[in-house]
Amino acid sequence: MKKITIAIFILCMAPFSLFAAESGMALDRAPVDTTDNASLQRGAESFVNYCQTCHGASFMRYNRHRDIGFTNEEILEKLVHTGQKVGDLMLSAMRKKEGEEWFGVVPPDLSVIARSRGADWLYTYLRAFYRDDATGTGWNNLVFDRAAMPHVLYQLQGEQRLVVKTSDKGEQKSLSLVKPGELTVAEYDKFAGDLVNYLVYLGEPHANTRKELGFMVMMFLLGMLALTYILKKEYWKDIH
Amino acid sequence: MSNLFNSMIEWIDKRFPLTSNWKAHLSEYYAPKNFNFWYFFGSLALLVLVNQLITGIFLTMNYKPDASMAFASVEYIMRDVDYGWLIRYMHSTGASMFFVVVYLHMFRGMMYGSYRKPRELLWLVGMAIFFVLMSLAFTGYILPWGQMSYWGAQVIVSMFGAIPVIGDTLSQWLLGDFTLSDAALNRFFAYHVVTLPVVLVTLVFVHILALHETGSNNPDGIEIKENKNPKTGIPVDGIPFHPYYTVKDIVGVVVFLMVFCGIIFFAPEMGGYFLEYNNFIPANTLQTPDHIAPVWYFTPYYSMLRAVTVNFLWIDAKLWGVILMAASVVIFCFLPWLDRSPVKSIRYKGPYFKIALTLFVISFFVLGWLGTKSPTPLYTLLAQIFTVIYFAFFILMPWYSKIDKTKPEPKRLKE
Repeated sequence: MKKITIAIFILCMAPFSLFAAESGMALDRAPVDTTDNASLQRGAESFVNYCQTCHGASFMRYNRHRDIGFTNEEILEKLVHTGQKVGDLMLSAMRKKEGEEWFGVVPPDLSVIARSRGADWLYTYLRAFYRDDATGTGWNNLVFDRAAMPHVLYQLQGEQRLVVKTSDKGEQKSLSLVKPGELTVAEYDKFAGDLVNYLVYLGEPHANTRKELGFMVMMFLLGMLALTYILKKEYWKDIH
Repeated sequence: MSNLFNSMIEWIDKRFPLTSNWKAHLSEYYAPKNFNFWYFFGSLALLVLVNQLITGIFLTMNYKPDASMAFASVEYIMRDVDYGWLIRYMHSTGASMFFVVVYLHMFRGMMYGSYRKPRELLWLVGMAIFFVLMSLAFTGYILPWGQMSYWGAQVIVSMFGAIPVIGDTLSQWLLGDFTLSDAALNRFFAYHVVTLPVVLVTLVFVHILALHETGSNNPDGIEIKENKNPKTGIPVDGIPFHPYYTVKDIVGVVVFLMVFCGIIFFAPEMGGYFLEYNNFIPANTLQTPDHIAPVWYFTPYYSMLRAVTVNFLWIDAKLWGVILMAASVVIFCFLPWLDRSPVKSIRYKGPYFKIALTLFVISFFVLGWLGTKSPTPLYTLLAQIFTVIYFAFFILMPWYSKIDKTKPEPKRLKE
């Protein structure tokens, strides 16, 4: 039994600590729930309205959104604004060359961005823009220094300024809202939360199916375990 | 009905050695009756191999080995291919689990002296399998063409460049280009799906043949063939592999599948260890990631590669790192001749061996952990210390295994 415990320990050795934010700033926890279709639908609409002008989600098809409760007609009405067909990939409206000219880099495709950056990083990033006249865009970001992207959501969030406090613990950076936007702070957090929730869904649209199927597979294996164990006992009776 | 079946078998037996092989390798292959937990991992490795072959074939049906399409084709599999996500996760999780079971399988061999006479060749074939497995893992990891695929491969390829005189020519020959590019992706795909799997399957076949020639070792490390029933000629402590170990291994398979499926369905990235987060960014030849870490199963060797920081004996540090890294893997091949203990199993070996093996396992884990981190002066020093311990386990073995205080081996199996 002791050996089994050791081996199980070895099997589970892979710890979970590889992911760290580049600035080392503490990240806020994103409210992710990919079973919440209402949130995903709001996030999807925000995505096509605010992000897709520059960023594609070019591995994703529009009609996949039937998974989150849209019908084909709703998809065409609410999500497809570029004259594409319902089975098409979600391409960006902007050409790569234009992106490079305007921002210095091609805006990255966002299909799997939640899988590389992580939901918490995205959630913090979307809420951490502040005015900075030293940068080309006039904006900067607490978790992504000198991000090429300007604060495209500033009309919603308003304008934040950087506040730096120096104490014996070192510099502490925080943000304060100096000009309110169309949304209150709570509303904007919810907006960003829905958008990030959608990005998580976008990163792996089959994740919910995966977990549901996984539950059934584990149930089946439990049954198999009982049967195979009894079978083994029966055969080994004459050995021990 | 049974008559028809019997005459069918008879028909086959006249043309193909079916019954005789069934007997020789299953129903009359006598295995020690005291196999414990550690003896599951051989059959599990076979299971994972089959999993990799089958899921791999289905992946090739939709994967595109083209630098401009590879990343997108993997996402196509994940989204638009029916159950493509399942096939892909089975393959990616299978790759890591292959190393988990093979490492545990090798550790079993080290604990119970399975590499000792008469099983030296069996151990060497196993080592060849391990080398091919590493090549398969390397060529396979390039295929999704993410940032880690690309830059991880750059690190490995630059190691060939460190070889004096022929290094540059050799790496160009391997890559088919001056840098890692589409040409390399194409040829690594060919190695990954044709050359290496064929070699691997052949070696596994040879491994099993060699095992069935000598017979299995066991936790007591004594030969059951030395104690046969004079009438039947069957080892008294042996039991037929089928049905006893087939039914037992199936229980092991189900337990393994619970772990395997637990990862596939609930944590396919395994916290960034099985699928690295940065590999969800398409390969960018102009942007080196801040931190390049290989997948977990290569990190102990990667640590040793980075541990050498000084030029020494006219050979520069980088080449020493490459030599040390190669040596750290190849040195396992010498175990049968390094071990001078009069007994095989850890059960009868003395404290020196137990301490040495414990230190070796600790150094393997620490080096593995360090390999996932960006190097700092402290980490580099730790890597150097544990590299020395890692090699000391092997190099000092002829000495400590000889003077160790062993216990007498029993004549018959204990359990």
